[in-house]
Amino acid sequence: MEHACCCRGHNTWNEKIAIMSQQGYVAAPPYSQSQPGIGGFGPPSSSIHYGHYGDPNSSYSAPPPGVSKSAVPFGSPAPVGPPPPGAQQFSPTSFQNGSGTPGQQPHRFQGPSPPSNTGPSYAPFSHQSPAAFPSTAPASPPAQLADQLSSMQINSYGPGAAPGSAVAPGHPAPFQGPRLLPPGQQQMALPPAAQLPPPPANSANGLGAQPVLPPVARQGAVPAPGPPNPNLQHLPGQPPGPGYHPQQANYGPQMAASQLSYPGAFPGGPAQLSGPPQKKLDPDSIPSPIQVIENDKAARGGQVYATNTRGQVPPLVTTNCVIQDQGHASPRYLRCSTYCFPLTADMARQARIPLAAVIQPFAAVPPSETPLYVVNHGESGPIRCNRCKAYMCPFMQFIEGGRRYQCGFCACINDVPPFFFQHLDHVGRRIDHYERPELSLGSYEYVATLDYCRDKKPPKPPAFIFMIDVSYRNIKSGLVKLICDELKTLLDKLPREEQEESSAIRVGFVTYNKVLHFFNVKSSLAQPQMMVVTDVAEVFVPLLDGFLVDFEESRSVVTNLLDQIPELFADTNESETIFAPVIQAGMEALKAAECAGKLFIFHSSLPTAEAPGKLKNRDDKKLLNTDKEKTLFQPQGNYEALAKDCVANGCCVNLFLFPNQYMDVASMGLVTMYTGGTLYKYNNFQLDTDSPQFLSDLRKDLQKKMGFDATMRVRTSTGFRATDFFGAIYMNNTTDVEMAAVDCDKAVTVEFKHDDKLNEDTGALIQCAVLYTSMSGQRRIRIHNLGLNCSSQLADVYRTCETDALINFFAKSAFKAILSQPLKTVRDILMNQTAHMLACYKKNCASPAAVSQLILPDTMKVLPVYMNCLLKSCVLAGRPEIPTDERAFHRQLVMAMGVADTQLYFYPLLLPIHSLDLKSDAVPGAVRCSEERLSEGGAFLLANGLSMFLWLGASVSPELIQGLFNVPSFAHISTEATSLPNLDNPFSKKLKHILEQIQSQKPYTMKVTAFCLSSFFILVQRNVPGLAKTYQWL
Amino acid sequence: MATYLEFIQQNEERDGVRFSWNVWPSSRLEATRMVVPLACLLTPLKERLDLPPVQYEPVLCSRPTCKAVLNPLCQVDYRAKLWACNFCFQRNQFPPAYAGISEVNQPAELMPQFSTIEYIVQRGPQTPLIFLYVVDTCLEEEDLQALKESLQMSLSLLPPDALVGLITFGRMVQVHELSCEGISKSYVFRGTKDLTAKQIQDMLGLSRPAVPMQQGRPLQTPEQPVISSRFLQPVHKIDMNLTDLLGELQRDPWPVTQGKRPLRSTGVALSIAVGLLEGTFPNTGARIMLFTGGPPTQGPGMVVGDELKTPIRSWHDIEKDNARFMKKATKHYETLAHRSAANGHCIDIYACALDQTGLLEMKCCANLTGGHMVMGDSFNTSLFKQTFQRVFSKGYNGEFRMAFGANLDVKTSRELKIAGAIGPCISLNAKGPCVSENELGIGGTSQWKICSLDPSTTLAIYFEVVNQHNAPIPQGGRGAVQFVTHYQHSSTQKRIRVTTIARNWADAQTQLQHIEAAFDQEAAAVLMARLGVYRAESEEGPDVLRWLDRQLIRLCQKFGQYNKDDPNSFRLSESFSLYPQFIFHLRRSPFLQVFNNSPDESSYYRHHFARQDLTQSLIMIQPILYAYSFHGPPEPVLLDSGSILPDRILLMDTFFQIVIYLGETIAQWQKAGYQDMPEYENFKHLLQAPLDDAQEILQTRFPMPRYIHTEHGGSQARFLLSKVNPSQTHNNLYAWGQESGAPILTDDVSLQVFMDHLKKLAVSSAS
Repeated sequence: MEHACCCRGHNTWNEKIAIMSQQGYVAAPPYSQSQPGIGGFGPPSSSIHYGHYGDPNSSYSAPPPGVSKSAVPFGSPAPVGPPPPGAQQFSPTSFQNGSGTPGQQPHRFQGPSPPSNTGPSYAPFSHQSPAAFPSTAPASPPAQLADQLSSMQINSYGPGAAPGSAVAPGHPAPFQGPRLLPPGQQQMALPPAAQLPPPPANSANGLGAQPVLPPVARQGAVPAPGPPNPNLQHLPGQPPGPGYHPQQANYGPQMAASQLSYPGAFPGGPAQLSGPPQKKLDPDSIPSPIQVIENDKAARGGQVYATNTRGQVPPLVTTNCVIQDQGHASPRYLRCSTYCFPLTADMARQARIPLAAVIQPFAAVPPSETPLYVVNHGESGPIRCNRCKAYMCPFMQFIEGGRRYQCGFCACINDVPPFFFQHLDHVGRRIDHYERPELSLGSYEYVATLDYCRDKKPPKPPAFIFMIDVSYRNIKSGLVKLICDELKTLLDKLPREEQEESSAIRVGFVTYNKVLHFFNVKSSLAQPQMMVVTDVAEVFVPLLDGFLVDFEESRSVVTNLLDQIPELFADTNESETIFAPVIQAGMEALKAAECAGKLFIFHSSLPTAEAPGKLKNRDDKKLLNTDKEKTLFQPQGNYEALAKDCVANGCCVNLFLFPNQYMDVASMGLVTMYTGGTLYKYNNFQLDTDSPQFLSDLRKDLQKKMGFDATMRVRTSTGFRATDFFGAIYMNNTTDVEMAAVDCDKAVTVEFKHDDKLNEDTGALIQCAVLYTSMSGQRRIRIHNLGLNCSSQLADVYRTCETDALINFFAKSAFKAILSQPLKTVRDILMNQTAHMLACYKKNCASPAAVSQLILPDTMKVLPVYMNCLLKSCVLAGRPEIPTDERAFHRQLVMAMGVADTQLYFYPLLLPIHSLDLKSDAVPGAVRCSEERLSEGGAFLLANGLSMFLWLGASVSPELIQGLFNVPSFAHISTEATSLPNLDNPFSKKLKHILEQIQSQKPYTMKVTAFCLSSFFILVQRNVPGLAKTYQWL
Repeated sequence: MATYLEFIQQNEERDGVRFSWNVWPSSRLEATRMVVPLACLLTPLKERLDLPPVQYEPVLCSRPTCKAVLNPLCQVDYRAKLWACNFCFQRNQFPPAYAGISEVNQPAELMPQFSTIEYIVQRGPQTPLIFLYVVDTCLEEEDLQALKESLQMSLSLLPPDALVGLITFGRMVQVHELSCEGISKSYVFRGTKDLTAKQIQDMLGLSRPAVPMQQGRPLQTPEQPVISSRFLQPVHKIDMNLTDLLGELQRDPWPVTQGKRPLRSTGVALSIAVGLLEGTFPNTGARIMLFTGGPPTQGPGMVVGDELKTPIRSWHDIEKDNARFMKKATKHYETLAHRSAANGHCIDIYACALDQTGLLEMKCCANLTGGHMVMGDSFNTSLFKQTFQRVFSKGYNGEFRMAFGANLDVKTSRELKIAGAIGPCISLNAKGPCVSENELGIGGTSQWKICSLDPSTTLAIYFEVVNQHNAPIPQGGRGAVQFVTHYQHSSTQKRIRVTTIARNWADAQTQLQHIEAAFDQEAAAVLMARLGVYRAESEEGPDVLRWLDRQLIRLCQKFGQYNKDDPNSFRLSESFSLYPQFIFHLRRSPFLQVFNNSPDESSYYRHHFARQDLTQSLIMIQPILYAYSFHGPPEPVLLDSGSILPDRILLMDTFFQIVIYLGETIAQWQKAGYQDMPEYENFKHLLQAPLDDAQEILQTRFPMPRYIHTEHGGSQARFLLSKVNPSQTHNNLYAWGQESGAPILTDDVSLQVFMDHLKKLAVSSAS
């Protein structure tokens, strides 16, 4: 595809954001100069970095010139190489897309984007930056920040100083005044700066930009009001604006970034509003994810998508369609960042588009799609290539009349085993092609033979062990009773294979506080027996027979036990708990029983009792934004070794946390993460308000279809290979992905690298094989095959990119990297790479005419927005009001997420509730997730996959309030009430219906929290000073 | 003068004491020349029907180093209300309560017939008895079932206020909490990890709540009904619970693969039991009752690995230093035994298995604490069941025949010192003026602790005469010994039994015949045997035999009448006549011979030998043989192969076995069924007679002997043949030219040969 197409022919969707700054041009030139930076050192250095996140030797630790420079205060002379010509071109003009008109994105996009009204465009820009400023301040101490800020301020202040459009006069001052920086250097500073500020900045900005939302604006304005430019520069050093505090209160809800709520009390806010409104970058001028999503839905939704073509780009994750496996794995299982790989490593390096696949091997498929076929090749086991061990699949080419086949991965020629022989037809295809799933489908399963089993023994059915913290708090809060009561009914619903009558899964019970209590619930017993293990230093399993039982058989004893547990400990006063020994005990139990399984641990406090895995409170806000911040995410103690043992024994650890203070999620969740378990966290758990959410999570988790004791191997055709794996996995070596268990929601993101030239004819083939034990205790191998195209044209690569998968990859790789690198570096890298990808596109694929425009490839239109969201996610943007645990928690969740989940997580769904069409069943159309979309008269529902917020504007219609809350007016809604009552009226029913729809298919149960007038929450973001900056250096 | 025999018997009946010498040589030099040391067998709690305990405290000598108890041998000045201690000669004032004392109004302790007297002391709190069952679950189903039944039965035999506890073990050790309703709860310990007492108490949660009880007074007041330990509960309260719990006991659920022994954590289980009692009830009477069905195979105290292909150690291995676990295991159990003994708790071992169970290593647990040791083939035998039942048997007055936490204090007059004791006791390290530097047995102390004892428990106590040759003893002077035994009666009363005896001194040079006549050869044989067995525990077998032989020869030289170098002239007086024969049989006994015995068996035999009273000990040394025939009433016959005649039924009692042996003819008659014919009813009676007699022995003995019914040529006849003196063997069968008797196929020397040699050596002038 030519860029022409992108830009012109099909430019409908081809956005070009040109951010114009006339006066800015004072600033602009410098920008342009900075550009060289990118051109000069950016690409090589940063591109390399990215790939090496995990690698300690990577350039990060010792930043490459490009990076370091940015880090170095401006004082340093521009070491930047001579600016490449291309770069320069950009800089002079940053451009708005054509339309300055707010609101009508579609139009704008369609418009070919003329150099456009600089005035308007400029204004917003400038406006945003001030807002950005304050927020950046907390985030980035280093001088650069200040620098950027200063540059940004140019804009911001411009408006402030000279409210007219003429910002120009303003700029120079800030720039030169304070810093006296040579323009070039300033620019240098910019790129990095740009990355930082955006997250907070944006959120603030978004608000600020909206005239509607004064409070926010204030915030942005905080610094602004009085101080002249110079002051601004100091601001960064200042403590974060008070405006953030409220967030702490909210920390419960997950979307940290989105949660910011500003107390009305915030002083000075309104005052500031006054200034900026006129000139901001119209947020609507930015590509709208909603539009993209809707368009895709319109184009492909509800249709049948057949996977019969190599390298075809699937519909977006948000689009519902029926997927028909015709030789390539469904995108539900395997989704790539691009469906056309660059032919050579050089090309790949040039584009710096990550070549990644997000594999969700056990993804749930809707009932309308066929479940996987099971293939049995008999005693000799699945047929595999002799050389590369790839499994028989559609990519195998049969030759010599069907007597041999050539492996599509390594080209090795193998004999066809006699039992498998079949003649070929006239096109060289086996006659039984369509009868055998392994020849015609992208995904299927093999029955494994004993060779694939642990110790060559057939596996035993897996077991679930419930391990309940019965310390004082849990007893008092009623949690123990809640769990026990729930289990009594829940155990009837253990997952089973479709064809089986009852579940083969056995269950066991352990309670613990400072010591462990095992229970013998053998069916022959009249009453359960409790066995106390006090030797927590060396935990062991006190019994074998009677610990893991079939629930059906032992029903009476188990029920008896569950009745008794709350009473047994009713008068406990033990408040200390242990943790590592609990996991150890569960693992030992499974080991002793020689089966794989899953532990359900319900825990509520930092384990401080004297035992292995004892943790201490190490939460330290002072570490934020320092190089040591990463230590907050690193586990304490020896949990890593424990995790390794668990994985080795097929023990998956599911953790339900009920913290009311710091719990060191980074350490406690580690085993969960490495063993493919799921982490749930309920802050300040209250029985009456939180139990529905918890119970729903528990039910869902318990019934999940999953595989145990799994090993995944990703094989590729020659020329490239899988180099890096991200997810809730454990890797003992570089190729085998080990998972104690893998369920339908867990996804592994794999990064590929070239090690040779690819072949355009054969394409790039991927085979993912997961060896696992099924719920009934069968050993199986699940195969997903996917073929991708290769091209020597970068445009092809760009055209087949999948932004959602890209974000998934970026998120995971960044979240992994923060363990070893300062957050700032990580953010820088993300920014750099995004910029580079886009720059490369512009340089190589886009129409050369649009010099000052930001040109986005069609498929990446929303990438900047998403990237911005990622950068602002609470994990990457550390702010003191976000509890460390929350960040660690989110980090861990995201690591295991599939594409659909990350999409929703990073770009939450925002639904206007006030305009419900009560007659139809349909969920109302989403709106862009941006603060400016909130209106005082409206009510909005925000969902990010972890929680939902109901936002009520101050002047929302009383009718709606009555309908939802059963109170006459807004003022009557108790600020305490955070849950929705169940009411018998159309509003309430409709809303419930919507909630259910959103909830279905999501792994975590979202608790609905209502926010009223006084409390405000800030949506993830959406507008784009940060982006703008991104583009500026393109 | 009544014969010495009568005197000895009288003394034994009254005081439970038998001395080797009843007239004492008056100087150290002479005493050493007597060869057999001056020593006694003391049965501290000998059952006496005619001894009502007195309800007050004993009067003690006021000298701090003496503290002897007022006794009939003391000189009393009734007017001055003074008494003189007969040990240290301290003059003491009678306490005020004795104000009315006079020649005609004497307190019991001054009356001569009360040389042994028992006081009931109301001091201190009374603690209930404690029984802690430690049960092996690695048993065959049938065995476990039998054991469970025995245990359940035993609950009904316990005093209702006794505290019971239950620990079960296999691969793991479980301490059961007994007071739970609705759910049975136990604490589980890994069977491979040795834990200190403190760790155990921490893990059982005893450390904190038990603090007030740590001082040894768990029950501050007798009426306080609830003991705060969850693991030890009064029988009457948890009777049902425990019965159910025992009923639900499962075999150890851990799989035992082919070719392996079950993993049995006996060492840890015992350690936990000891630790549990130590933490909760130190210094009170308690029994830890270990029931085990095999050797410890893991953890501290393991005796053998779990591989069946490596057999458990034999004497052969031990001699070759091939028993890898023995030393370590022994050390483990010794440590436990000492800890347990220090707290006054005793450990019983009931080991029932066909193979060895590690008694060799564990023996000290029972030996040092006065616990029982019972060895059987299976828990499902009457041997075990009845023996176990007999542990809880009651005496004539309806009291349990067991006492706890005894403290034996021995005082001597100044011419004597205490050399040591041999029996189920440990030293309390009470140094004092009457402690000799020369040790015999457990010495260096004048006090011993016996954690558990019954009316037959007998200690051997050895003395040394220290009076110098040139310091003559005043005319009519008598040497005195006082035994003071503090103990906890089974009724939980504290009691003190005081026995004071005195013997005349005699100058061995001038009055040797007196001394000779007062020799108690039975006591001497047992006392020497105990010394020998005690030595055998630590020395090589042959050395002990040589030592015994030398002692015997020296004794014969000293007391025999003979012409030098003329063996035929050798004569021994009546009071010595049986002694060589005892020694002959002792040499052949399993106490000194390990051949044909496993290490466990040797330990078992020796254990019992070191605690039984004189009669039983003699039976062990020289089994009793009775003959039943038509020729006359049942009669004891010589333990000799010559006694084995075809028309006789023999009944042999070796203490450990009761053998009924039908002579060849009798056996044939029985096979022919004559006993069933009315006309041969007398034959039926003849057959029945030994059975009845055997039954009588079986009824009373503890532990119950193995009952063997065999006949001429039967395989079990070996029990008889191995015991009798092999006067006829395949070597000399025809030399005797008689048909009587049965030849024994052995190369062992016969008594005749032994005596010949002895005479030769005794008269030899060379030695």
